[in-house]
Amino acid sequence: MSEKIATRVAYGKALAEIGHNENIVVLDADLSKSTRTDFFQKQYPERHFNMGIAEANMMAVAAGLASCGKTVFASTFAVFAAGRAYDSVRNSIGYPHLNVKIGATHAGITIGEDGASHQMLEDIALMRAIPGMTVISPADAVSTNALVKLAAEMYGPVYLRLGRLDVPVIYDADTKFEIGKGIQLRDGNDMTIIATGFMVDPALKAAEMLKNDGISARVIDIHTIKPLDNDIIVKAAKETGAIITCEEHNLFGGLGSAVSEVVVKNCPVPMDMVGLEDTFGESGKPYELVEKYGLTPENVYNKAKTLLNRK
Amino acid sequence: MDDRTKLELKKTATKIRMGIITAVASAGSGHPGGSLSLADILTFLYFREMRVDPKNPKDPNRDRFVLSKGHCTPGLYSTLAHRGFFPVEELTGFRQTQSHLEGHPNMDKVPGVDMSTGSLGQGISAAVGMALAGKIDKKDYRVYVAMGDGELQEGQVWEAAMAAAHYKLDNLTVFVDYNGLQIDGKITDVMNPEPIADKFAAFGWNVIEIDAHDFDQIEEAVNKAKETKGKPTMILAHSIKGKGVSYMENQASWHGSAPKKEQADQALAELNDYLNSLEQ
Ligand SMILES: Cc1ncc(C[n+]2csc(CCOP(=O)(O)OP(=O)(O)O)c2C)c(N)n1
Ligand SMILES: [Mg+2]
Repeated sequence: MSEKIATRVAYGKALAEIGHNENIVVLDADLSKSTRTDFFQKQYPERHFNMGIAEANMMAVAAGLASCGKTVFASTFAVFAAGRAYDSVRNSIGYPHLNVKIGATHAGITIGEDGASHQMLEDIALMRAIPGMTVISPADAVSTNALVKLAAEMYGPVYLRLGRLDVPVIYDADTKFEIGKGIQLRDGNDMTIIATGFMVDPALKAAEMLKNDGISARVIDIHTIKPLDNDIIVKAAKETGAIITCEEHNLFGGLGSAVSEVVVKNCPVPMDMVGLEDTFGESGKPYELVEKYGLTPENVYNKAKTLLNRK
Repeated sequence: MDDRTKLELKKTATKIRMGIITAVASAGSGHPGGSLSLADILTFLYFREMRVDPKNPKDPNRDRFVLSKGHCTPGLYSTLAHRGFFPVEELTGFRQTQSHLEGHPNMDKVPGVDMSTGSLGQGISAAVGMALAGKIDKKDYRVYVAMGDGELQEGQVWEAAMAAAHYKLDNLTVFVDYNGLQIDGKITDVMNPEPIADKFAAFGWNVIEIDAHDFDQIEEAVNKAKETKGKPTMILAHSIKGKGVSYMENQASWHGSAPKKEQADQALAELNDYLNSLEQ
């Protein structure tokens, strides 16, 4: 658990590992040293194209390449990939269901100092609203590596939500992942904490804190937000009777919304959500922002305790 | 081009124009003006130039066509139907629930459509991707695009123009259907994109100006584009919006409205008279 690696680094390295597949083409928008597609570029410069600071064009170029049989990874910051280029993603990639993988790095407030303009907190909502779009939000380097490879193997558009910050490695190297299947990291019967991305680690820590109070909390990593693993969620609702979701995203339209959609339809139980409370972020040191905006184990723990009173 | 070939192309273009009228009249909506202005270019590309096979519409080695001005589906569908990609009779289902002929191009539903478009400014980007794929794979297919002159107001067009020149995509040829009109009126009144030719030239493109309704000039320009190495080509094709239907010509109001029954009958009669005159 001591090792810390950013998921964007794991993404870039995974691309380099699968780059021997000549079908893979990587696009970037003047951020290859940040999105870490530079790892791929060093090994396969002939299949790495810098599209300049022109993200909307890049996404539709990716669609054109994919229409000719390429598996395309198009990378930029999440705020530009899902925000600025939304219309290209929707109409040129999503609508024709083309084989483009959007490597969206620097999602969330943990990018820190660049501040609110760069802290994408709406991308899960935007991307999961596109029919047929797979939305992946890995928690650590190991899952990122596996999920990038699985994304490359599957046909169709995928949005990969990645972070800038170095984060703890949670998974053993030999863990098996499947797109669309959540992972139960910890069993428990009193309640369930469902987390994605950066929030999986704080969720595990919160479960440990709850344990000290005699509360047994199940922890589930939803690394694929779409298609969502309904079974694992419904099972958790039935068996534990209360769910708290945790995400580094606005509380409108993200993981919390996605989980509640499943819960209300199948097995309504008391729920609460940890995430950004309909606010933009701001500049600051990542962990200071994490404190300020409540993305901490303590906040998850406190909300969980209150939630249990509603059971 | 010999006179016989030219005559055949003219006849085909006229039939395609009749299909455009039939499609929009059946739908009661759609975009006749920009479809009619593009009809001769479409005819030349699909009946004389492009390597396409209606029996194998997804052939990886085919030439590609992207209708970046996606609203002109009546023109594209009529051309594809007359070229044999699907029956001409299906044009009457245009824009209707039970038909595959979506209002804007859908590459999954309609055989022969190479890219789904509709949001202006994106088709040219996708075509850049196709041309880039051709370069990566060292294939000799060519990629053609039709854009509107109003469409040039989209910033993304210029992102794509930059990228095409940067990657020396000489397998890419873009026609700008220079009819001078968009929905709200003259392009120069709405938001002046001029000087169009100079802008593309400054972006590093090979630029050719032609009359969009002259098959010799279209052919010559396409051949020059093929000979040009290291640069994409933009063909600024001076056209008449609504070309071929007297009351539609140069009228912005016919950009996106369908003729009523009597109007459609008149249009079809005019086109039919022209066809007969060609056949004599
Ligand atoms: C991004 C976008 N904005 C607006 C529209 C609506 N729209 C459809 S056609 C059109 C005018 C196009 O004019 P032009 O490009 O000159 O086309 P043409 O004259 O060849 O028909 C507009 C604004 C659109 N399809 N896409
Ligand atoms: Mg126009």
